[in-house]
Amino acid sequence: MTHPVLSVRNLVVDFPDRRQTFRALDGVSFDIAAGEIVGVVGESGAGKSMTGAAIIQLIQSPGRIVSGEILLNGVPITGLPQAEVAALRGKRIGLITQDPLTSLNPLFTIGQQMIETIRRHLPLSESQARTRAIDLLSEAGISDAEDRLGAYPHQFSGGMRQRVVIALAIAAEPELIVADEPTSALDVSVQAQIIGVLKALCERRGTAVMMITHDMGVVAETADRVVVMNKGRIVETGKVADIIRRPSESYTRGLIAAIPSVADARDRKPVAAGVAPLVEVQGLCRDFRLPARTLRQRFAAPVLRAVADVTFEIPRGTTFGLVGESGSGKSTCARMIAGLLPPSSGEVLMEGARISGRKGMSGDQRRRVQMIFQDPYASLNPRWRIRDIVAEPLHGPNRRAGRRDLEEQVAELLRKVRMEPDAMFKFPHQFSGGQRQRIAIARALSSEPEFIICDEPTSALDVSVQAQVLDLMASLQEELGLTYLLISHDLAVVRRMSDFIGVMQRGRLVEKGDTDQVFDAPQDPYTRMLLDSILDISKVA
Amino acid sequence: MQGNQVLPGKTTSGSRGRSLLAKISDSDVAYSWWHSPVVVIATAVLLVLVLACLFAPLIAPYDPFDPASLQLMDGFSPPMTTSSFSGNHYLLGTDAQGRDILSTILHGGRVSLFVGASATLFAVALGVGMGLLAGYRGGFADAVVMRIVDVQLSFPAILIALLVFGVARSVIPPSLQESAAIWVLIFAIGLSNWAQFARTVRGATMVESHKDYVAAARIAGKGPVKILATHILPNVMGPVLVIATISLALAVIEESTLSFLGVGVPPTQPSLGTLIRIGQQFLFSGEWWILFFPALTLVLLALSVNLLGDWLRDAINPRLR
Repeated sequence: MTHPVLSVRNLVVDFPDRRQTFRALDGVSFDIAAGEIVGVVGESGAGKSMTGAAIIQLIQSPGRIVSGEILLNGVPITGLPQAEVAALRGKRIGLITQDPLTSLNPLFTIGQQMIETIRRHLPLSESQARTRAIDLLSEAGISDAEDRLGAYPHQFSGGMRQRVVIALAIAAEPELIVADEPTSALDVSVQAQIIGVLKALCERRGTAVMMITHDMGVVAETADRVVVMNKGRIVETGKVADIIRRPSESYTRGLIAAIPSVADARDRKPVAAGVAPLVEVQGLCRDFRLPARTLRQRFAAPVLRAVADVTFEIPRGTTFGLVGESGSGKSTCARMIAGLLPPSSGEVLMEGARISGRKGMSGDQRRRVQMIFQDPYASLNPRWRIRDIVAEPLHGPNRRAGRRDLEEQVAELLRKVRMEPDAMFKFPHQFSGGQRQRIAIARALSSEPEFIICDEPTSALDVSVQAQVLDLMASLQEELGLTYLLISHDLAVVRRMSDFIGVMQRGRLVEKGDTDQVFDAPQDPYTRMLLDSILDISKVA
Repeated sequence: MQGNQVLPGKTTSGSRGRSLLAKISDSDVAYSWWHSPVVVIATAVLLVLVLACLFAPLIAPYDPFDPASLQLMDGFSPPMTTSSFSGNHYLLGTDAQGRDILSTILHGGRVSLFVGASATLFAVALGVGMGLLAGYRGGFADAVVMRIVDVQLSFPAILIALLVFGVARSVIPPSLQESAAIWVLIFAIGLSNWAQFARTVRGATMVESHKDYVAAARIAGKGPVKILATHILPNVMGPVLVIATISLALAVIEESTLSFLGVGVPPTQPSLGTLIRIGQQFLFSGEWWILFFPALTLVLLALSVNLLGDWLRDAINPRLR
């Protein structure tokens, strides 16, 4: 009888601390056969990375495996001595981590790292290992592999680095590859390529892959089977198409329903024609001076144009989605429109009055513009009570006198974002990511703004929480007649929320228009490429 | 039945409706304190020393500054003797003038602690202010402040204190020198210690000022001074507290060193350093206690503060838990 490559049986992992014991994994069991790609999905804290760490036996102290077994080709590997486990890693179990920037040593060339890894696991000479390294790199899709052996990791882009990491993982012909969020740090277009490479390599070699990810889209495009985890337990296991189309557990149903898809046309009211624009962005540019490397550059410093001639307008009460990959200038745009960064040229008008350049802004103009940030852990001062955080933008005519009145006002705002007014006496660390983002929204609402800039408001959140926050934003827009500028790298989120959309590439706005039009009939080749490369649950095989 | 269970452990207590004392005693810092015996002992020693010095006028058996009460005939009494002349009992012996060593230590420790604490406070205020300015403003202000810091950190602190002291002595009129001495000392020691605070705070400020809560405050229309005071300052004070503890020990030692060299507090207000200077004259003639006990007090004081600061640094660093 043939064994599955990996077999996990009733795995239990505990994290004891001085007060109580936290059970991180509770009876996890699954198999992966040779040549099979199994996706392990779940929200943060579901225990998916913990499962991966348990398999390579690198659980952080004080966590420990309490019971259960992990079998590699039918042989138990739990409880082996450290030296034997270390010999397994890399040789029989390859590992691909999320961040290719930190998983490669910046001080060694790609070639040195490849050759070292190959020779540690295989009995090859230096030159044989070198040949093999070149083969592996070309297989992973790096052109001119021979020339690039002498390059350092920082000379490679994120996608290229992840290809190198994949080449390293398959170097010793492992039976199993544990890939922990292999594409989460990459841009959409690169993500698709990396997934393609990984899939092709594993099919060719018959390697079993455990693909840990929070992104159902990645699983939909790559995996054969999927394991859905929640709070340390397995909720459901099955074929990918079955789980996505006909989830049987209520948790999975909720999860699938919460995932926005680019294929869903928006169910928004069409924007009435002839609505006057509330915000106009005209010819916005921003240059950054690069550090001078030579004496000559000291006098004429090289300049990076982060945002080049961006022009668009947002009608009152609508949402304009600004999408683009990392480095496309969308966040720089947002900061200029919010008045946090002066533009090099161009201007931002609100009902005809200039609001760009913070100095020229009157108190009332300032009140009308607010911003919601990406990371709800960094956007709330950890030492302030929620009451003071929410009330911060309240000043001048908007701030009613007296503490009692202020608390009433804050309570009202918290109710608006569907939170209990009691929350105002607590500190940010007492709330989850989604709750913190609601608090951030309450703060933005407190100055009664008309225009809110949302910079990746949900990309730090789990899908189900993301859906709640997006719903809240949509209903607040309806209630208060807000105008949004929504900045996101997630096209599905933008499609769901926006009336209009602008696509940015390298600082330029390459395409703008009605959301459905752009999604259904993109004009610019870059937009088309971007839309083609999205990993989306609607694309399930 | 879903969800990570929290298995019953040693204690499970809700955080609601408990007294502040209960909350403190249940915190992780308190736990780590209680579980390191060395730190508990250091705290106890420090507490005894500080309280004894603080209440010196009440505790000290004799008043070493009252010439009328001095018994010249009791000079050089060894420790644990009762004078046959005056009937006074001297626990730690007396010096050449018949002053009770215990009393002089308590009064001297008071001066030392006052100078050390005030100098540290001054260094913290100056260093934090400069660090905030450099870290938030960046650019030219940052370059100027940090170069000054670099230069200053390349000299031993005691040299800088001596320099400041020397300059002050030539500037202040002789009639005021006696009364101003202690303030000059505080200024000199503080000025020699601010640089490390500035460097630490500058780094932390740069990190904090790029966080989004600062951007949110700017959008809300707050000015830089308000942002620095209400947002950034509370978030950079953690490491400052730790350095301040260790710096307190250094300042006490520095004060003693200066007084030992004869440039510190005037002899009418002896500090621990002055006592040590006086005592070392008698070391080789057999009157060891005149030097030994003030020196022991200084060592205990510095050691316990240092141990406490060292522990505090680890205890509030979440990565080391």
